[in-house]
Amino acid sequence: MITREPVFTDASDNVFVNAWRAVLLGLGDIGRAGTLTAQSLLLAPLLLGSRRSRAELGRQLFTAGIKSLALITIVGMFTGMILGLQIGLELRRYNQEIYIGSAVMVSLLREMGPFMTGIILAACVGSSMAAQIGTMTVNDEIAALEIMSISPVRFLMAPRMAAMVVMTPVLSFYTSILGVVGGGIVGLTQLNVPWSQYIDNAMSIAKCYDLYVGLLKAMVFGIVITGVSCFEGFTTEQGAVGVGQATRRSVITSILLILVLGYIITRLFYDL
Amino acid sequence: MIRFEQVTKVLGGRKVLDDLSFEIQKGEIFVIVGPSGTGKSVTLKHMVRLLTPTAGSIWVDGVEVSAVYGEDLDKARERFGYLFQGGALLGWMTVAENIALPLREKTRVSEEEIEARVAEALRMVGLERDGGKFPSEISGGMQKRAGLARAIVRRPEIVLYDEPTSGLDPVTARTIDQLIRRLNEELGITSVVVSHDLQGALLIADRIAMLTGGRFVEVSAPKAFVKTEQPDVRRFLDAQFISKEGIVGM
Repeated sequence: MITREPVFTDASDNVFVNAWRAVLLGLGDIGRAGTLTAQSLLLAPLLLGSRRSRAELGRQLFTAGIKSLALITIVGMFTGMILGLQIGLELRRYNQEIYIGSAVMVSLLREMGPFMTGIILAACVGSSMAAQIGTMTVNDEIAALEIMSISPVRFLMAPRMAAMVVMTPVLSFYTSILGVVGGGIVGLTQLNVPWSQYIDNAMSIAKCYDLYVGLLKAMVFGIVITGVSCFEGFTTEQGAVGVGQATRRSVITSILLILVLGYIITRLFYDL
Repeated sequence: MIRFEQVTKVLGGRKVLDDLSFEIQKGEIFVIVGPSGTGKSVTLKHMVRLLTPTAGSIWVDGVEVSAVYGEDLDKARERFGYLFQGGALLGWMTVAENIALPLREKTRVSEEEIEARVAEALRMVGLERDGGKFPSEISGGMQKRAGLARAIVRRPEIVLYDEPTSGLDPVTARTIDQLIRRLNEELGITSVVVSHDLQGALLIADRIAMLTGGRFVEVSAPKAFVKTEQPDVRRFLDAQFISKEGIVGM
């Protein structure tokens, strides 16, 4: 059963016993969330097999991508502008502000593009997934699917997973490009760095390797956001309050995992 | 057809079902009544393995539902239709799409056949003009009827009804009761109904079971049920103005 039977444990007077129980419950949740994520990733390619599944995938691509586009545009542009300004102000002390292009490009491709995209999608799309699936869980809609022998993982989670796996890297690339443009605007208007010089400098440092690692990071973030959000949705209990708690937990857990995994991937792909 | 063997379910340290054993015959309408929180819905959910017993076993025609997984569980569940309290319709689909969902997802029936069966199910529950509406556009009673249409569209052998008449006006409640009886008579569906509504239960049931303290304290045909001396049942009947002779006048 995908929906979770309520877990009740009598509180013990011993703090270590309570802590141990919490660890066991947490490990169980990690295992369940991991299993759901793996199942949805395996089922995602099957979505291309039928017209109805493709239509659902299209809807989820629209939700994850197009509906987040306006916010991503603003955040991407301002991330680049802030980076450009901060780095430019420091470099100006050494009369090296012409190099802001390279600094902005590297920061965005490797880190800030995927990171900002992940944060925005966790807040916009992940929270929406957790709330929708959570509401379906407390309204018995997930149980109804299970009784009809319709797998909620295939029916609900796999299209969302496929959409996020595709859209997170695309949006991350889009954020990076807009950030580079934003940095260039700041360079041109605030630091008197000519546009052509900014772009030449940025492109001279841009490497495909950085781009690929950034896109991989974004894809991992998309998988994590979907896995966490759907898991929280499927395990929602206690009505409207539970839906609110599941939504909050999904955003917090996703953002924490984005930070931790972002560091781990960077460490794995770049030698000190 | 459905057999509970010494089923115990513990939730939150409390025994909700306590060594419960009973059997439901094929083609029977079996109504479970009892006060709130006594485990009526829990009993129903065990039949389709939405809950797993802490001890004991549940059998449906020789298949131990409480111990099957994966495809075997899917197969066991395909024999059931389930009407949830709120209908449990998917909000982004129309009523007709909701009803067609199990056919589209789990069968290879042609689109023409699906449309015909959906139209038939809608007609049976009196919603033939409402198939194009979304669940949010129809009343609670209509949502329940739509949920019932979805439960029967795959022509299941057993339909489980969780509070089919709660929150409905008396006229709609009696319509649903008649529908349950008609489905039983016309399609031979075995029905298990969980309800607070004793008047409805007396109208439709072949047998009524009263669940208190995790056990059935009375299982009998409606006529015997109203005449029983069992104190819990008497209190329950009195609260709904039902005496040994029938419904008490004001």
